[in-house]
Amino acid sequence: MIHAKDINEKTPWQELTPGGEIYEAGTARLYNTGTWRTDTPFFKQENCKHCMLCVPYCPDSAIPVQDGKRQDFVFMHCKGCGICAEICPFEAIEMTPGGAPK
Amino acid sequence: MMKFMSGNEAVAYAMKQIDPDVMGAFPITPSTDIPEVFAGYVANGEVNTEYVAVESEHSSMSVCIAAQAAGARAVSATSSCGLALMYELLYVAASSRLPISMACVNRALTGPININNDHSDSMGARDSGWIQLYAENNQEAYDNFIQAMPIGESPAVRLPVMTCMDGFITSHAMENIELLETAAVKAFVGEYRPEHYLLKKDNPLAIGPYDISAYYMEHKVQGAEAMKAAKARILEVAAEFEKVSGRKYGLIEEYRLEDAETAVVLIGSSAGTGKAAVDRLRSQGVKAGLIKIRVFRPFPGEELARALAKTQAVAVLDKSEGFSANGGPVFAETRSALYDLKDRPALVNIVYGLGGRDIRVEDFERVFGRLADIAASGETGPVYVHMGQRSQAQEVMA
Repeated sequence: MIHAKDINEKTPWQELTPGGEIYEAGTARLYNTGTWRTDTPFFKQENCKHCMLCVPYCPDSAIPVQDGKRQDFVFMHCKGCGICAEICPFEAIEMTPGGAPK
Repeated sequence: MMKFMSGNEAVAYAMKQIDPDVMGAFPITPSTDIPEVFAGYVANGEVNTEYVAVESEHSSMSVCIAAQAAGARAVSATSSCGLALMYELLYVAASSRLPISMACVNRALTGPININNDHSDSMGARDSGWIQLYAENNQEAYDNFIQAMPIGESPAVRLPVMTCMDGFITSHAMENIELLETAAVKAFVGEYRPEHYLLKKDNPLAIGPYDISAYYMEHKVQGAEAMKAAKARILEVAAEFEKVSGRKYGLIEEYRLEDAETAVVLIGSSAGTGKAAVDRLRSQGVKAGLIKIRVFRPFPGEELARALAKTQAVAVLDKSEGFSANGGPVFAETRSALYDLKDRPALVNIVYGLGGRDIRVEDFERVFGRLADIAASGETGPVYVHMGQRSQAQEVMA
């Protein structure tokens, strides 16, 4: 049984799983999809009230929470969609052009 | 045990004997009896199947995909526009390598709207990655469905199987058929034991992931290889089935072909009419023969080439119009299969029987008459023609 971490773009078809089945959970950790990002959110910590509205609105896993506090963005899976900035009631998130964090 | 049944009842009875885990189906003419009769078995507690009533065929196939992925055995039945509405999901089932079994009761596709038989529905799905078996009569419809799971579920194959029969002609006609004992069917089909499935708690599984261009091609090659492997498995299952039933099945059926000079190639219930014509011609000394394609996917190209190598002129009969302007799908593949022969017979294509247009023994005699002319003159003439349509002009076969 081959696992996702052992599959790469050199793996021959004979070794791939049937139909691309994945035999474990959490394999998104293996892929940096943040490289697609066109715009980048900037977290203005001083404005944040930790209302947590942005967290469930994020379509991916770019906004970590620790001890009830919203942390700074984790960009590995952030595509720069801007939903967090749109939904924030306190202007604590600003979208900046380009893929690089401000 | 001999029983008087319609083709639809025969398939529903096969499903009852198998007692699958899940059925997802939506009624559509002429396959409606299958879910209807089977729903009766469910309501009467004669099977343990979870019957999921859905709002469309897109959903019925989705139910089957989800159930099969979860580790259950799922079945369905449909026809025509119902199959067309499943189109997207047919590919999902096949590419996720889920061996669902489905009866397709062949009916013309709209439009103009028509509920009668031709093969345009399943021919449209021929490239979806499903194995396709076609029945000539009620007995074969029953037998093919029982063989579907051992074929599709085999680890080397892992592909969904569509068992087809002609709408009304086979699905509604009553025939005496030989049924296996339920215990024998259960033993033949066995338990479904996939290595990986969603409900296996010690083995988290994700199916149907996004496949980027660095992987998609490899997965398509896997599917293509599985389809090639299916040929041997279909024959293996047929040999096992012969042991329990006494009935013999192959990829193709050759009828009076040994010394045939002219032959027809076709699919489905018209084979019975064609065989009657062959018998009549043989009694007059004409060396006529017939090939019925039972398995269209995987396509029995080598077998057809071998079987037709010694003939002089062959007509391939298509019961669907492919609108390729170059012949129907059965013709295209048969002609391609014969290309590598050193000495090839002359080959013509006749599209017939669309939307329930009847074909009679006399029509087959006209086909064989034309083949005799081609064999004698060496002139093929028009290659792609239709038969049975009204026309103002003097057409080749009309």
